[in-house]
Order: sequence, then C-alpha cells, then structure tokens
Amino acid sequence: MSVDAATVRKIASLARIAATEAEVEAMVPELNNILGFIEQLSEVDTTGVEPLAAVIPNHLRLREDKVTDGGIREKVLQNAPQAEHGFFAVPKVIE
Amino acid sequence: MTVLTDLTVAQIRDGVRDGAFSAREVAEAFNAAVAGAKALNAYIVETPDHALAAADAADKARGEGALKPLSGVPIGMKDLFATAGVQTTAASHMLEGFVPPYDATVAAKLFEAGAGMLGKLNLDQFAMGSSNETSYFGNVVSPWRRNDGGNAALAPGGSSGGSSAAIAARLCPAATGTDTGGSIRQPAAFTGISGIKPTYGRCSRWGIVAFASSLDQAGPMARDVRDCAILLETMSGFDPKDATSLDLPVPNWEKLLSADLTGKKIGIPKEYRVEGMPAEIEALWEKGIALVKDAGAEVVSVSLPHTSYALATYYIIAPAEASSNLARYDGVRYGLRDLPDGANLQDMYAATRAEGFGPEVKRRILIGTYVLSAGYYDAYYTKAQRVRALIARDFEQAFEQCDLLLTPTAPSAAFALGEKNADPLAMYLNDVFTVPASLAGLPAMSVPAGLDEKGLPLGLQIIGRPLDEQGVLDAGLAIEQRAGFAARPEQWW
Repeated sequence: MSVDAATVRKIASLARIAATEAEVEAMVPELNNILGFIEQLSEVDTTGVEPLAAVIPNHLRLREDKVTDGGIREKVLQNAPQAEHGFFAVPKVIE
Repeated sequence: MTVLTDLTVAQIRDGVRDGAFSAREVAEAFNAAVAGAKALNAYIVETPDHALAAADAADKARGEGALKPLSGVPIGMKDLFATAGVQTTAASHMLEGFVPPYDATVAAKLFEAGAGMLGKLNLDQFAMGSSNETSYFGNVVSPWRRNDGGNAALAPGGSSGGSSAAIAARLCPAATGTDTGGSIRQPAAFTGISGIKPTYGRCSRWGIVAFASSLDQAGPMARDVRDCAILLETMSGFDPKDATSLDLPVPNWEKLLSADLTGKKIGIPKEYRVEGMPAEIEALWEKGIALVKDAGAEVVSVSLPHTSYALATYYIIAPAEASSNLARYDGVRYGLRDLPDGANLQDMYAATRAEGFGPEVKRRILIGTYVLSAGYYDAYYTKAQRVRALIARDFEQAFEQCDLLLTPTAPSAAFALGEKNADPLAMYLNDVFTVPASLAGLPAMSVPAGLDEKGLPLGLQIIGRPLDEQGVLDAGLAIEQRAGFAARPEQWW
C-alpha cells in the first residue's frame, strides 16, 4: 500500500494540520517509507488472536455519581488564548 | 571535602538526616551546577527558588524531627509533567508559555515526600524521539565525549534526554522520566546512568502530557539502582484520577534490595541477537551473563518468537494513540493559537497545529491518522493489537521458564547529534530492544555495565514479570555491584 500526494492532503485535513504543497510532497516518501516498514505485520498469522486491549488486567472503576470538583472557572480559563465573559472564545462559526 | 553534587539520593537523604550538611547547602550546590551548564541545554526552565524552599523546609523539618522520605533531595522534572505555577511545554511550541494550575500526581507525590525541584528538563517534543533532536527548545547535548579526539556532540538519548544528561553531568542527583517505547532506558544507557520503567499502571499518568496512553509510564532515573528504588516508591501508587492506575500496595523496594540472585533463573532471549549487532554489544551481553551467574543466578536460553515484529507494531499503535491524544491541541482552551486574517474555526485549528507541532510530531500524527482512518483501521490498528497480544504471550511463555530476562538496552552506544535524523526509520530502529517490554507493559530497567572502545557507556536491560519491580531492581543491583561502572564524563561545559 502506498500513499500519494492526494492521500497525504486528505490525511492532513483529517488531522487538522495545514500543509503546503512542498510539505505534502516531502511527506509522501517519508510516510511510504514508514508504511512500507509496518507492512511486515501482514506476514504474521493472527488467526484467532484477540486484539490486546489492556496490558495489565485491570477492571474499570466507577466512581460515585457526585460532583467532586468544580467552581474553578478562572483556573480553567487561565491558559486560554482568548477568553471572554467566562467562556473560551473562537472565531465566528455561524453567519 | 565532600562534593555535594557527586552524592546520590540516598547519601543526600542520610547526610541531611545526620547533619553532615544542610539541605540548603545541597540545593545551592546543585543550583550553581545547573546555572553553569547552559551548554548542555538540559533544562528548559530553571527553578532554583523551588529547590531552595524545599531545602529550607527540610532543614526546618530536621530540627523538628519531622523528616520525610525525600527531605533535602532536589530533583529534575522532565518537562512532560505538569507542575503548578511552572511552565510545562513537553518541549513544544504548542505549549510554550503554558502554566498549569496543578501538579501531575507523580510530581505532587515527590513534592509531598519533601523533594525540591531544580527545573524542568528538556526532552524530545511530546516525548517523540530517541535523540532529543525534536525539542522546540534545541537539542540537549550529552556531557559525554568520545575519546577519539573528535569533539562530536553526542545524543543523550531520548525522549528523556534532558533527564539523562543532567544526571550524568551532576546537574541533579535524580530525575523523573517517562517511557513509551524506551524513553527512560535508552537515554539511561547512552549516559551511563540507571533508570526503571515500572509495570504499566504503577505510576499515575494524571498530569503527564499524553503521548500513547496504553504505553506511557513514568519512572525514575538516577545514578544507581538504590536511588531508582527510593524514587520509584514515592512515585508509585494508586490514583483515582487515572483509570489505568493499579490499586495495589507499593512494596518497600529499597529496604528489600538484594544483590543475591541465588535461585533466580535469568532468560537470554535468542531473538535479541539481531543481525549487524556490534561486537562490543555482544561482548557486553556476555559480560552481563557472567555477572548474573556470579551473583548466583542460573542462565537459560529462551525464545520470544515475535520480537522482530515489535517495532512495526509499536509504530502503528503509538502514532495511532498520539494522533488521538494530540487532537486536544486545537488553539481553543490552552496553548498556541494561530488565527490567520479572516480565518474560520477549521482554518484556525489547521493553522495552529501546523505552527505548533514540529516535523516528527506531525509525521506521527499523520501516520496515526492514516492507520485509524476508514478502511485501514482493521488492516493496521487491529492487526497491530493482535500482534501485540502475541508479543505479550511470548513474554508470558518465557516467564514460565525464567524469572527475569537479560538483554542489551540499545544496539549501539550514543550516536552523534545529526547522525540519524535524516532518516526517521533509522532512528526508530534504535528502540529495537526496549519496545517489546513496553508493548507488554512489563517492568524493565537499564543499568550501565561497560564502555565501548570510544569510552562511551553501554547499558544492560533487565525485564521482569508484571509487578516484579523487586526482581528487576535486585538483578540491576547485582550487575551494578559487579560491573563496577565508575566512569563519568569529564567536565567540558
């Protein structure tokens, strides 16, 4: 399997990373090189093998359904690039 | 006269307790060493006041008979751990200027135990790299130099390269590290220090900038095995804030340390004899085998048949998880925002991520996005998780025949900066011996055991059964005591 420039553009768009044409062109051989390397897994017979979900057996814990944290709006917003009126602000999304 | 920066964690702890010196003297000595070592670029942020405050608290606690386990011990903190009020960047432009209002659980535990912080240590950007050349803040330079007369700047290993360089250069007695595919063990081996990645889940991951969540695990790095045991005890333990953290008691690893390996069976996995392995790595491994035999262990040959597939498995799973974890950096809630003129929300995300991530991080996000995308998820991601199950099963079967495994840590000594970064794949191959234990979640440690012909340190790796950190530390101690590794870098910085 190999990727071309169109595929790289599509992946970059899915990953929300802007890429110039030059960057896309440079990325094509790099990704193909890595994908070629990981292609070797196809030779491993994994018939009947369950995908590993957790390396160490551990059960999912549920906590009590009650508020344990909160009332820290200033802390939550303190690293925001732009905060207004106690909210995160983003460019307008609705005309 | 005692050179305070040459002391180990145990020696500092005991010396402060016994009044041989004050904690403030120790903190001042290390602060001065840090300030005088800018050429190594090991620290992104220096926090001398934090170290001094903890030292003063330690000196006061001594007067009151209220010393804590790490009172008087200053440490370095990998800049992947959130630290309240101190910039935390994961060595990225994306998080430059980010000041968390909280401590990572591991950091909080260390501070509660009395440790002070000398600063935030440089690393590969978002912990992605094996040489420290992907940091936004410039690469760390290893304090080691080859003895061939050339002055090539060497890689301190990665991703915990700031941690390894700082410890080797006596800029801190110990530091935190994180290990996703070998990021504690490989830099430890490159710089002649010790480091242990405990069983997955021993240390809370809460507050550690996430790379690949099913692999990431924190651990200590220090100059000797005892110090690793001391720090690991403080760092480990259940955390309700991390669903993968193990709800188990933390053993008293330091107290139980024993270099007597009588009755232990140590397995030598034959598949780790990879093609093209340098003769000196082979010789180091043989030396390690002789050392553990001398400590009373029986050595047996074992097979881990899927070893050669571990790297490919890792380079599907780690980028896949990274692409998901790093989706949170979108310029909205924290970190960088790049808002081109007239940009809409989608444009802002794309511009921010293009600007904030370095080339290696982008490469891994793109690989991860690709292997998780519609049509490829099963062929790549599910397939890799199936092979991962086989790799874990290999270890389970090997541990039916032995208690521990002994291998080299890395396939070579430290390479020069710039030597491998033109080819990402060549760089990835450096982790060939460390990745399998990571995929299986096993405790594993590197201890220095010798020098190559150019005078650079080489490490041996010990891998244990799940939760058998004690066995790993004990074998590490046995090798450490017998190898008598005493080399240290000559100060040139």
